[in-house]
Amino acid sequence: MEKMSRVTTALSGSALTGRTMHCHLDAPANAISVCRDAAQVVVAGRSIFKIYAIEEEQFVEKLNLRVGRKPSLNLSCADVVWHQMDENLLATAATNGVVVTWNLGRPSRNKQDQLFTEHKRTVNKVCFHPTEAHVLLSGSQDGFMKCFDLRRKDSVSTFSGQSESVRDVQFSIRDYFTFASTFENGNVQLWDIRRPDRCERMFTAHNGPVFCCDWHPEDRGWLATGGRDKMVKVWDMTTHRAKEMHCVQTIASVARVKWRPECRHHLATCSMMVDHNIYVWDVRRPFVPAAMFEEHRDVTTGIAWRHPHDPSFLLSGSKDSTLCQHLFRDASQPVERANPEGLCYGLFGDLAFAAKESLVAAESGRKPYMGDRRHPIFFKRKLDPAEPFSGLASSALSVFETESGGGSMSWFVDTAERYALAGRPLAELCDHNAKVARELGRNQVAQTWTMLRIIYCSPGLVSSANLNHSVGKGSSCGLPLMNSFNLKDMGPGLGSETRLDRSKGDTRSDTALLDSSATLITNEDNEETEGSDVPADYLLGDVEGEEDELYPLDTEHVHPEEPEYVLPQEAFPLRHEIVDTPSGPEHLQDKADSPHVSGNEADTASLAPVDSSSSLLSVSHALYDSRLPPDFFSVLVRDMLHFYAEQGDVQMAVSVLIVLGERVRKDIDEQTQEHWYTSYIDLLQRFCLWNVSNEVVKLSTSRAVSCLNQASTTLHVNCSHCKRPMSSRGWVCDRCHRCASMCAVCHHVVKGLFVWCQGCSHGGHLQHIMKWLEGSSHCPAGCGHLCEYS
Amino acid sequence: MRLAAAANEAYAASLAVSELLGCQQCGGGRGQDEELGIRIPRPLGHGPSRFIPEKEILQVGSEDAQMHALFADSFAALGRLDNITLVMVFHPQYLESFLKTQHYLLQMDGPLPLHYRHYIGIMAAARHQCSYLVNLHVNDFLHVGGDPKWLNGLENAPQKLQNLGELNKVLAHRPWLITKEHIEGLLKAEEHSWSLAELVHAVVLLTHYHSLASFTFGCGISPEIHCDGGHTFRPPSVSNYCFCDITNGNHNVDEMQVNSAGNISVSDSFFEVEALMEKMKQLQECRDEEEASQEEMASRFEIEKRESMLVFSSDDDEVTPARDVSRHFEDTSYGYKDFSRHGMHVPTFRVQDYCWEDHGYSLVNRLYPDVGQLIDEKFHIAYNLTYNTMAMHKDVDTSMLRRAIWNYIHCMFGIRYDDYDYGEINQLLDRSFKVYIKTVVCTPEKVTKRMYDSFWRQFKHSEKVHVNLLLIEARMQAELLYALRAITRYMT
Repeated sequence: MEKMSRVTTALSGSALTGRTMHCHLDAPANAISVCRDAAQVVVAGRSIFKIYAIEEEQFVEKLNLRVGRKPSLNLSCADVVWHQMDENLLATAATNGVVVTWNLGRPSRNKQDQLFTEHKRTVNKVCFHPTEAHVLLSGSQDGFMKCFDLRRKDSVSTFSGQSESVRDVQFSIRDYFTFASTFENGNVQLWDIRRPDRCERMFTAHNGPVFCCDWHPEDRGWLATGGRDKMVKVWDMTTHRAKEMHCVQTIASVARVKWRPECRHHLATCSMMVDHNIYVWDVRRPFVPAAMFEEHRDVTTGIAWRHPHDPSFLLSGSKDSTLCQHLFRDASQPVERANPEGLCYGLFGDLAFAAKESLVAAESGRKPYMGDRRHPIFFKRKLDPAEPFSGLASSALSVFETESGGGSMSWFVDTAERYALAGRPLAELCDHNAKVARELGRNQVAQTWTMLRIIYCSPGLVSSANLNHSVGKGSSCGLPLMNSFNLKDMGPGLGSETRLDRSKGDTRSDTALLDSSATLITNEDNEETEGSDVPADYLLGDVEGEEDELYPLDTEHVHPEEPEYVLPQEAFPLRHEIVDTPSGPEHLQDKADSPHVSGNEADTASLAPVDSSSSLLSVSHALYDSRLPPDFFSVLVRDMLHFYAEQGDVQMAVSVLIVLGERVRKDIDEQTQEHWYTSYIDLLQRFCLWNVSNEVVKLSTSRAVSCLNQASTTLHVNCSHCKRPMSSRGWVCDRCHRCASMCAVCHHVVKGLFVWCQGCSHGGHLQHIMKWLEGSSHCPAGCGHLCEYS
Repeated sequence: MRLAAAANEAYAASLAVSELLGCQQCGGGRGQDEELGIRIPRPLGHGPSRFIPEKEILQVGSEDAQMHALFADSFAALGRLDNITLVMVFHPQYLESFLKTQHYLLQMDGPLPLHYRHYIGIMAAARHQCSYLVNLHVNDFLHVGGDPKWLNGLENAPQKLQNLGELNKVLAHRPWLITKEHIEGLLKAEEHSWSLAELVHAVVLLTHYHSLASFTFGCGISPEIHCDGGHTFRPPSVSNYCFCDITNGNHNVDEMQVNSAGNISVSDSFFEVEALMEKMKQLQECRDEEEASQEEMASRFEIEKRESMLVFSSDDDEVTPARDVSRHFEDTSYGYKDFSRHGMHVPTFRVQDYCWEDHGYSLVNRLYPDVGQLIDEKFHIAYNLTYNTMAMHKDVDTSMLRRAIWNYIHCMFGIRYDDYDYGEINQLLDRSFKVYIKTVVCTPEKVTKRMYDSFWRQFKHSEKVHVNLLLIEARMQAELLYALRAITRYMT
């Protein structure tokens, strides 16, 4: 029955021989093959076996070979091939194991010529000899390959694949006697047709079945194979051992592979499952397909180049019951859609940037970062400049380095390592952390810790000397505190000026103006009246029963001494306030030397308490109370944490969160906490602070975070003798039955932590080695190596 | 404690289901266990399997190095050495692959949370009223933090799991009815929808546990000690089961029976093996000579398929479904037997168009990485496993027999191999064997010791276990093929 073929996508048809078109078949196709004259194509499938003529505008059905009343399984084709020498000769492989040949020259309606029923299982592939008229080769599921002479009734020779199913057989185009066969277990074999007893060569090409192979039409000995492991590999068979030349990773298992005529490095592939497109790859560029045909709606089962010397016409058959002719110029080119630029930050602030060469050349005059050094540019040159996309494919990689030390995050690492987060009373933790921060020159942070301690612990324990010390140094505090680039790159003057403006604006619009000036006055008063020697018993709080609103006095008393210490020492008073952190009312006084500071603080949220406190200051600074319920501060602490987090110092936020635990947790919503935790953990891991990050994970209360270290807890180890993975247990190898890791000290198997010297690779139990090293620095195994452990 | 009681009743019911030997034989076996208020857990006398005498089964402690390693693995992964492992260790090569797969499915990285995995296992096992697996996984489910409320029935589980119920039902009993609409229904259910990866994980789990239920019944796996009264829960209501079943009071009776039966038929069954070998040889030789016509081949498949529907044990007693297990599925009446009675037509599935190696594997591995590989390995090992022995004969090529069994099971599910002559099945598998296969694969809960004993009487127990491995893997592949084909159709 004749079917009208439908023509789609009529694109400016300047080509003389045809255009992109498709026609509907009655049934899914399993394979297609092209006649020598490039004008006819045969389509075969379970219930279809037809020849179509390829005309200018459409496919025309020419012949239906599926004749007879009852459809026989012999006609259920798994593969079809058209002889390349004789245009009347075809062969099909049937799913029931029969190989059938067809002679189109027969006068009757039934063109069936010969029937070979020697295979016991499905025949997967048939292949004619490229030059010999009567030689046909078949490969079957039963593990045999058979060579037939069409002049005889049965096979000439049988080749055994040792009961592994054969998926593909292909005669070499150049070597008269050679053929390749691929197997379900991943092997590829090379046979000499004259020697059926054993194969010439065998190698493992893929992991899992090799579905297809194709000899290169020109390069002798180049074989492309495609497998279920989603790879296409190109092998050079001329050398002593088959050498893998190229490897293309596709997104689905590879069902067919065909070299593109006249293009030495191109091949077309289609996949067995999931992916319906046909790709044409340049094997030297294995990541982006050179061209892509997206016409099919179901998996493509057969592809064939229309003419052995014309690279622009590709025919394909599909499970969606269509036969397509694709024109290369109509193909979509994923390269065009790909983003050719890449940008990535390194661990230490280095920046790598890759882009098209032309693009970089144009802009190379401009330097993105002042003071950054440019590394040499690496060019990746194509081997063959005549390739169409050589221009596209060559790119430049630039690496920008930040000034050494400038972006240093050593404070972060030190802090992370030295902070104590749990396991001691809160007061001790705070003191410890304050000390750590101070030693690193981060006085704001130190101060914050001290204040937290005052807030949450019994105030009697605070030694004012300690306090003074930290506060006093606070104003000399460092720029290193917070995030690096922007702040630093900004001129100091500019930075402070903008701040100044803003804070002034704030102050003006606020009633705080008066208050802050009042503060100023009070402070000055304090300085004058109280002097430097604030007695320690200030803080002992003799007025315990005081009301809430009196609390500021306490905080005030912490501070009065500090401006006096600080101000004379500081040469650049304005500078540090930019990065200052208003974690509590104390800060107000800390920087009370200039009016804009309080405004600055006000805009970072601790406005209300500060104001109230300062207004009260002048009135009743003699009263102080240190026994306010910590709840009172929770708002402040919360704001302080938010402030730190927004400043980029998520470390502080998380550390405080962990140290204070229940005291503040309820005030901060779960999501924010989780966000902080994950950012901090991420940062820690970037700095390889695995132990710290694990501790943080452990101490976190958020469920989403604490489950982080419960996933992927498997550790894979290889045997030290046979280098195979030890799958069952970590300390004994299944294959060589040896215990892999013996302790050099006690000579027992190490089943837990194993430490070893990377110089001589001897090692053992952690404790044993540590003990040993106390006494001797030589290797306990007696190899004479001076072991080094970090 | 409802759960505990439930577990007990479930066990009792399972004994009722298996209708082993009835309680008539021990007469006054009841009432013995009222003497104590507390039941003390004790090992049950008859070993891991009710069908296989304990002395035939490998004793823990006497295993070789390879088996020992396997036991260690199993113990490390599950925290127990269950009876399934003890029976499967007849075939250590397979067991290794089996344990690896199961471990990966249940404990390694995967799209589904752990308690979901066990719950799906419970759902699947419950379809076949397999109280053994249900009990095991109830424990595991609670252990990984599952909500005990879910165990009161599928309707108490999240909507998402409830949606899976339909697929579970169809997959277990009539997998050929799965359409892409089923898949679409699961994937597009707004907030309860499954992701493709989750669905593939669930499907693999369902098929795994359906077939494992087949194995459990097919080999008569005994309940684990900790599942049927090992706990310190209140004394079970013992009225409805016989103590002798647990303490194996009729173990001796049982053996005597076998012996007496064996004596009579020893010569018979000897000839059985001989005859089978003879037939295999014949088939091997004359295969090339008489080539059946295409129509003949097609009709042979149809005949075999139709007949497989009718092959059923005559003792088709209506078994009341175990109440407590059945809470996991809504529709107890929906079973394999229904359609066979009504003679429903099973459409033919051509394996050449959608096979595991090419299509199924790729899909599974794409959506649930590594599992395709593991299952593929398991299929391969099960299909190719042979010791070249048959009963007392050595150096026999059993590939033909194994292929016949495999293809017969696929034939029951309507899966046809174009390149197979289904006439072979009739020659190689006799009726009692077919009855056994059919029952194990389709209605495993009805397997009886009589069935187990009556096929292949001269064969060793290890060979019968081998048959069971073929059965469960073939079944799993058949179910997977249907489910994955539906998913593929949905995706295209």
